[in-house]
Amino acid sequence: MNFLFRYANPHEFMRLSGVVLPFTVIGTALCLGAGLYLGFSAPPDYQQGRTVLILFIHVPAATMAMGVYGAIAVCSLLSLVWRHPLSDIAARAAAPLGALFTVLGLVTGSLWGKPMWGTYWVWDARLTSFLLLLFLYVGYLALWNAIEDETRAARAAAILALVGAVNIPIIKFSVNWWNTLHQGETITSGKLAPVFLAPFLLMMAGYGFLFVSLWMVRIRTSILERRARSLMQQGAA
Amino acid sequence: MSPFATLFLRDVRLAARSGGSAALALSFFALVATLVPLGVGADLRLLARVAGGILWVAAVLAALLSLDRLFQGDYEDGSLDLIALSPLPLEMTALAKIVAHWLSTGLPLTLLSPVLALLFNLPPSPTLILFVSLLAGTPAVSAVGAIGASLTLSLKRGGLILPLIILPLLAPAVIFGAGAVALALDGLSSGNALGLLAAFAFGAVLLSPFAAAASVRLNLGG
Repeated sequence: MNFLFRYANPHEFMRLSGVVLPFTVIGTALCLGAGLYLGFSAPPDYQQGRTVLILFIHVPAATMAMGVYGAIAVCSLLSLVWRHPLSDIAARAAAPLGALFTVLGLVTGSLWGKPMWGTYWVWDARLTSFLLLLFLYVGYLALWNAIEDETRAARAAAILALVGAVNIPIIKFSVNWWNTLHQGETITSGKLAPVFLAPFLLMMAGYGFLFVSLWMVRIRTSILERRARSLMQQGAA
Repeated sequence: MSPFATLFLRDVRLAARSGGSAALALSFFALVATLVPLGVGADLRLLARVAGGILWVAAVLAALLSLDRLFQGDYEDGSLDLIALSPLPLEMTALAKIVAHWLSTGLPLTLLSPVLALLFNLPPSPTLILFVSLLAGTPAVSAVGAIGASLTLSLKRGGLILPLIILPLLAPAVIFGAGAVALALDGLSSGNALGLLAAFAFGAVLLSPFAAAASVRLNLGG
């Protein structure tokens, strides 16, 4: 906890993130570059043909979409329990990124579905729960933007994020109960051929680095924005 | 009379007398149910098939109509400040309001549902399941709705954001509720679905007063 609080100080965060940021940006470029290169040079899958390439973009996006909501929930908990402004900033900065990952996951999923299932959209369990996840992100962002007072908005959004986090497993369970015709996960089953596994893991790492980089940039921008605003208020007074 | 009962009775009376939110919700429910056959056609077999889902969705939307006023009216005229100062914990205040909201919208909607099921040509036993599922599931709508209502109580146009916030959270209720009716229609046992629905509603009624109280507190500046 002490470790966490040391870097939860905006000043410390600016210093640390300034050092880390170049490395995560380089990591993003290397992983995504290598992943895409290996992915495109991999032989076509015997069942899916070249469409397997879409999955290199799709699966990491979907994973990140879930992961980012988890990050928001953790930030919200920190903000509600310890009232730390930096966790509010972090939660708000992560939300649009998570929504974008969700959209990317949905769009690439339906592009992959067209040749595979013969239609852009099927109401299967995973697509449906991701659509609901997108609406959760939209509602969360809408609440942030609707409340003018920043501290109130932050705490209202934090409560909503936690309610959503409690509800997501239930939504997922109910949607699974409702319908399952999505193919099972192949990564953990160990059936993914090594030619696909390497670019796949690289893409996963690349998406992770990408999110961390963008998240830090957004948090830094937000901190600088606040500083500029308070300087302007001091100047006006 | 206990503070809980006082608040509860006050809210029920307000709902019954001022504008009649129950009558409004019922009319909306019936109206949506009337528009659907006009939209999808009057094929009675098709209507029976979609009845469970349509009536569930319509009931949720009808219950939403009066939700944005759950805390807002009291917030605007200042009575929420006084209620917050009373010995009744805010969690219990939220619970009283949830129960009052359910009694003035969820319950009347449930009572009307068999009549609308008749219009959709739903056979008797699935109709019974629909009735039971609405009886068990609509408390969840009021409970989850109370969270949304308390989060948006200070907003002038909170009514627009409220559905956006709570409808995704209510997906399980619609799934289990309409699922139970669909199972009954196929002659299968819907006990499992009803059990899951009841569990969801129970959890929602148990937990949402805490979330609602927390967000009322933050809006009162505490």
